[in-house]
Amino acid sequence: MSAYALELKDVRKNFGKTEIIRGVNLAVKAGERVAVIGPNGAGKSTLFNLISGRFGLSSGEILLNGQRIDGMKPYEINRMGLSRSFQITNIFPKLSVFENLRCSVLWSLGYRYTFLKALSGLRDANDRADELLEMIGLEKRRDTLAMNLTYAEQRALEIGITIGGGAEVILLDEPTAGMSKSETSRFISLIRKVTEGKTLLTVEHDMGVVFGLADKIAVVVYGEVLAFDTPEAVRANARVQEAYLGSTVADSQAGGH
Amino acid sequence: MATVYKFKPLNVGRWVIWSLFALLLLVAPLMFTRNLSHTMLEQMGIAIIACLSYNVLLGQGGMLSFGHAVYTGLGSYMAMHALNAVSGGKLGIPVSLLPLVGGLSGMGFAVLLGWVTTRKSGTPFAMITLGVAELVFAMSLMFSEFFGGEAGVSGNRVAGQPFLGITFGPQIQVYYLIAVYTFVSVAALFAFTQTPLGRILNAVRDNPERVEFIGYNTQRVRYLAFIISGFFAGIAGGLGAINFEIVTAEVVGAARSGAYLLFTFLGGATFFFGPVIGGVLMVIAFVLLSELTKAWLLYLGLVFLFMVMYAPGGIASLIMMNLRVAKFGKLRQIWNSYLGLGLTALVMLAGAGAIIEMVYHLQLNSALGDNLRFMGVMLNARGLDSWFGAAFVMLTGLGLFELARRQYMREWGAIQEEIEKEIKRRETAV
Repeated sequence: MSAYALELKDVRKNFGKTEIIRGVNLAVKAGERVAVIGPNGAGKSTLFNLISGRFGLSSGEILLNGQRIDGMKPYEINRMGLSRSFQITNIFPKLSVFENLRCSVLWSLGYRYTFLKALSGLRDANDRADELLEMIGLEKRRDTLAMNLTYAEQRALEIGITIGGGAEVILLDEPTAGMSKSETSRFISLIRKVTEGKTLLTVEHDMGVVFGLADKIAVVVYGEVLAFDTPEAVRANARVQEAYLGSTVADSQAGGH
Repeated sequence: MATVYKFKPLNVGRWVIWSLFALLLLVAPLMFTRNLSHTMLEQMGIAIIACLSYNVLLGQGGMLSFGHAVYTGLGSYMAMHALNAVSGGKLGIPVSLLPLVGGLSGMGFAVLLGWVTTRKSGTPFAMITLGVAELVFAMSLMFSEFFGGEAGVSGNRVAGQPFLGITFGPQIQVYYLIAVYTFVSVAALFAFTQTPLGRILNAVRDNPERVEFIGYNTQRVRYLAFIISGFFAGIAGGLGAINFEIVTAEVVGAARSGAYLLFTFLGGATFFFGPVIGGVLMVIAFVLLSELTKAWLLYLGLVFLFMVMYAPGGIASLIMMNLRVAKFGKLRQIWNSYLGLGLTALVMLAGAGAIIEMVYHLQLNSALGDNLRFMGVMLNARGLDSWFGAAFVMLTGLGLFELARRQYMREWGAIQEEIEKEIKRRETAV
């Protein structure tokens, strides 16, 4: 068993001749909360897509708990204990909130592709779905179709689906995108609650949130990890200041967003 | 508009619905005693199974297949060959189990062909099913030993040892065989929608990409659904073989595949019971409408067109939307509007129908003279007054219909708003 929950070794990705990810190395310990920050187009989302198996790598290795996962299909990676959310809300619009959550727990509880058991008889799946429902605070919307939820509720459901399978490594791609300031702070405490004890990687733009939530920060600029350290160390890092952070920190402290 | 996917009847238990369904299957041939009625009832049972099996793909899995007749049709052929083997003493199973032979064959072909088709989804899936359907149809013309060429393959269902005294000589025994298979298949297909695979299939329909990130291989989900669909399609095909005692190449043809698609859609693909309505309509259209007018396919096309445009959820969704209104006790408010819509639509259709029938008369029956009867009125297909009159009736109907429609839409919108408010009120009250 490796000491790291997630490890990236010289990961590279080309789209055509353009190199988007240019040799990323990253090692995240189990239980760490890592915020991935960086300017738009730096490759944060691409990095998440590579880790979760949405795209294949051009070269390099990705290890989950010491096992190679690069080249695997998304569902194989998910079954090994890595789950992700999406920047653009990605739920099952014509299923109820409860059904959305129940779908997310089925595989992990071992129900696989069975068509010989009735869903209503699956106590563990139903209890787990109700538990998730309560965790994300949508009890009152249990039987509402997911497409009829408000935006913030859909974002919460997105998180619920992501953690449903009980994955130990969670990737959240801009979970608070498009939310108001007050919604964001409420949402961050939700994220903190539901990812308790898990390894978390999150892309986040709000610097206040980043420094409050993360144990470590990875600064991605132009397809490379410029720095990977504690928030204090990153804040003090001259290269980061110069490349990206300085102005943003100033902005966020001045109340801008 | 909220579409509730679950089949949840108002305050009426599921048991009541299923008992009523069983009762209906039981007494239907006693209520409709004419020979034609029995023929139609048998075909309805078969069509219901076929459309429901198709809807596992279309409504539940979001797979638009243009080749469903391949599985019903090949099921028919295999069941027919098995029947002939029973007659020849080479196979020792009772005739009542032959639909299962059809089902297993349909499943077998789905295992084989579905492995190719379900690798893709969306438009590529539709294209591949079309290709496979053409392939099978072309083969039906090439291999006449199996497909029987133009004459098809025929058999005699009074074969083998009678099982519990059932010989399938009398038509009514065939009806009850079909009724039993229909009930069991409908129940099994409904049960399927309530299983983990059934629900994940809905998830794959809604958002295949997300499903990959909750541990499921979407290709596998589609493939398994395709196989299950193929099994029930084959059962429908096997029943058809017993019912008609002849199978010709058209059972694997594109027209048959198109009919499954069309009537499943008309019945309503978003609700479980929609295809049941679709299957019933299919037989009514094929047997009664085609007797009534030569232009029946044209009428059917028009109905399909309007349905796709204005009620994409099919008849089932229209029923469920109005049930929702009724549940909140507001159906009486728009009763008059429905009456208005119905009457004006009838006027419009009468005019349009007269024109269509005159065109058909000129094209096909002009040797019989210029006159034709339409809804009790004598029309002259070459007379200006007939054309003028028909156009006048149609346009008047159209105008009035549009007025009625606007009135209806206003009332409908208001009622929906009231219902939404009521729901909000109840939610906050909890």
